[in-house]
Amino acid sequence: MFEGAAAAIVVALTLVVVRGIKGPTVFDRALAGNSVGSLVILLVAIVGFMNGRPEFIDIALTYSLLNLIGTLAVLKFFRHGNFAYDVDEERGT
Amino acid sequence: MTAVLVDIVSGILIAAGAFFVLAGAVGLLRLPDIYTRVHGVSVIDTAGAGLMIFGMMLQAGWSLVALKLLFILAIFLMTLPVVAHALAQAALHEGIAPRLSEDRTGQDSNPDPAGGRS
Repeated sequence: MFEGAAAAIVVALTLVVVRGIKGPTVFDRALAGNSVGSLVILLVAIVGFMNGRPEFIDIALTYSLLNLIGTLAVLKFFRHGNFAYDVDEERGT
Repeated sequence: MTAVLVDIVSGILIAAGAFFVLAGAVGLLRLPDIYTRVHGVSVIDTAGAGLMIFGMMLQAGWSLVALKLLFILAIFLMTLPVVAHALAQAALHEGIAPRLSEDRTGQDSNPDPAGGRS
């Protein structure tokens, strides 16, 4: 059961990575990166159960927090050009 | 008896989750532009992840692992809408035109089939 789910997730990861390589705009790549994060979280949890060590969940929990911050940081960088974006600065120029 | 029943139900849930994960990945690969891809890929984080996590929670029983799985599901459900909204808003701000079957802008310009920006 867990083996089948892990295989399905690996196949899905392959498809998502193909979109990340092809993806015409940067937003497709950011979306693919976010999906890779979600699928890896599920894969870590499933593999933990498969090996009888569900404590791997802790890694998945940490990675799920990093995933959000990573995607939002990439989006902010490509929208504003830097991470230390200042509203007043853009309004002034 | 109960253990067998729990195994069967969690197996069904995890198999359904695997199906939805595959469907979301195919959607990300096959759909035509960024907005439809955001829509398609959200299946992975809602239906796929939700069903898989419920299946694993049944396997874990009443334990700390089940609570952590519930936390992961809660984080998924809170962060995915934020990411999807930010992605669509950033793409719209960048000037990528959505592909529409009818022209709703009131102008004559056809949306670029390649996704707007190239």
